[in-house]
Amino acid sequence: MAIATIPDGDIAIDVAHLTKSFNGRAVVRDLTMQVRKGLIYGFLGPNGSGKTTTLRMLCGLLTPDSGHGTCLGFDILTQAKEIKRHVGYMTQRFSLYADLSIRENLEFVARVHDLPDPRAAAKAAIDRLGLSNRADQLAGELSGGWKQRLALGACILPEPRLLLLDEPTAGVDPKARRDFWDEIHTLANEGLTVLVSTHYMDEAERCHEIAYIAYGDLLAVGTVDEVIAGAHLANWIVTGEGLAELARQLRTLPGVDMVAPFGASLHVVGRDAQKLDDATAELRASGAQVWARGEATLEDVFIDLMGRSKDNFA
Amino acid sequence: MSAQANARGRGFRASFLRWYAMFVKELIQLRRDRITFATMIFIPLAQLLLFGYAINTDPRNLPTAVLIQDDSPFVRTFLAAMRASKYFEVTYVAASEAELDHLLLSGKAQFGVQIPANFGRDLMRGERPAILIIADATDPSATSGAVSALQGLTASVFTRDLQGASASLNAKPAPFEVRVHRRYNPAGETRLNIVPGLMGTILTLTMLIFTALSVTREIERGTMESLLSMPINPVEIMLGKIAPYVLIGGLQMGLILGAAYWLFGVPVVGNLTMLIALSVLFIINNLSIGYTFSTIATNQLQAMQMSFFFFLPNLLLSGFMFPFRGMPDWAQVVGEILPLTHYLRIVRGVMLKGATFADLEWDVTAMTLFMLAAMAVAVARFRQTLD
Repeated sequence: MAIATIPDGDIAIDVAHLTKSFNGRAVVRDLTMQVRKGLIYGFLGPNGSGKTTTLRMLCGLLTPDSGHGTCLGFDILTQAKEIKRHVGYMTQRFSLYADLSIRENLEFVARVHDLPDPRAAAKAAIDRLGLSNRADQLAGELSGGWKQRLALGACILPEPRLLLLDEPTAGVDPKARRDFWDEIHTLANEGLTVLVSTHYMDEAERCHEIAYIAYGDLLAVGTVDEVIAGAHLANWIVTGEGLAELARQLRTLPGVDMVAPFGASLHVVGRDAQKLDDATAELRASGAQVWARGEATLEDVFIDLMGRSKDNFA
Repeated sequence: MSAQANARGRGFRASFLRWYAMFVKELIQLRRDRITFATMIFIPLAQLLLFGYAINTDPRNLPTAVLIQDDSPFVRTFLAAMRASKYFEVTYVAASEAELDHLLLSGKAQFGVQIPANFGRDLMRGERPAILIIADATDPSATSGAVSALQGLTASVFTRDLQGASASLNAKPAPFEVRVHRRYNPAGETRLNIVPGLMGTILTLTMLIFTALSVTREIERGTMESLLSMPINPVEIMLGKIAPYVLIGGLQMGLILGAAYWLFGVPVVGNLTMLIALSVLFIINNLSIGYTFSTIATNQLQAMQMSFFFFLPNLLLSGFMFPFRGMPDWAQVVGEILPLTHYLRIVRGVMLKGATFADLEWDVTAMTLFMLAAMAVAVARFRQTLD
């Protein structure tokens, strides 16, 4: 892989062969990954695929069963204390104190991190978040979007060098999501490395690089275009009448790996272009619908990867 | 990254600041939880007033049924003497043995007195007739005071009736005398025993429960995950969480001591400063135990159950409810481990007996050892990761 040639000084996360099991079930298996400094790195995968476990291992909250690596140059096995000082970890579930006000929460974080002037640091963060007029509101009373912004604000307050964000925009409205991502890009421009896990394809497309993990295995790594190209998926887009009946028929054909309706059209995907074309030749020639070549989307790739890994898993 | 930021968070000063951050956070949360805060002040006062006034281990005026089958003047004298002892109140006059039995069985009478026929005649003849006193001894402590009062009564009750020729029937005084000094509590008042003891039990219960919930609450609410991802260590978290409750415990102690002194008239014979210092030690002791439970329990319900599991032996084996020396040796050994046992000796010793530090050395040592052990377990048990 191309990333193996990056000079050491530019790498924020460098881990190899990480494995973690809970009750005998491997949640993360032999995970090796490198993340370059200053990048927004998307971490994708279905529910229960080991994303949260990986993030927790990176910031010292979980000890890997085997494997080794560094985070910001600190050993993840022995230097958890140093890592905690320089990594901001935003949990999936809101984990600030609901019965503390915004200001009190931020001051608490500032004090724990031994910032020179906790009050001033909290105030600056409040201003930056645009929460000046609600600073004394209890954190638990905020809406989902504001909670996420506050959590992010608390994470970046001690000026970390790496941000680990665990599904930061789950359950947040599109406007708040966009604002959130704008903020993340601003932070990355300032030199912060961001590792963000997500389910959303549009968010994945806003990352510099992505990694796809499913059931503990890392299945694809690279930029969005590289991942799509690497999947080698052939794609037909069908429009016209009787699509439901056609979909049922297509699913029985060998060489057709995925059939998914998208509004008024049907996406027909195959891993082998030749096989797909052969299998659908008859139907295409029948002229009942309009067939056009299409580009595989990131979603096609992920659903395909998910299906494949499930096959392997079973 | 600047060198200043790299040096951040190291050394004693930084550790103190992290403790302070935790302390402030807990204090704010405590203040915001109005109901809990009110219970912490109200519960000790209510319990003190309720139990302080209610509990009496030396009950008087116990309902007594009499069955009189004799009509001599001795009967009247005897009943009058029983009444004069203040322990007995003749509330029923039974007509038959069956009725007397029924009065005792139904619980209407605590004592039954049967004076047999020809009691006066037999007495005069020197035949040593017997008066039967039946006590409902299902609750031994309710009757023991009254029974021992009866012993003293028999020696002198008929002195006035037996004059002249029959004077020889009187009991002869023993050739020597036994003098009993009821030291530290001459009137034998229960509240002098109960009120200082209540201070120990109230502090145990409230301190234990509030800290037992503190770590499990963070785990249940999900805040532990982000707390653990921050550069703060278990000792700082523990001390930061315990400190606000030391203040609360101190407040409770002040309230109870004040009420004991002004409402219940419990004296403070010994050194008040030493009592306060040792009470703070006891408070920290209970907080450490509660905190240990909260690192073991996985949810708040379990933490509560552990607290009560620990509280009950404290209540029953410490000598608060029942006499410590009445227990078999193995139970005394168990009791000797419990911090409340030692605190009761300290608080009763200082308040009532004027005990000095030298008198209480062993109790202070035992309590300190227990506290250090609990703290060590808590820090060892505290999960620094989510593994």
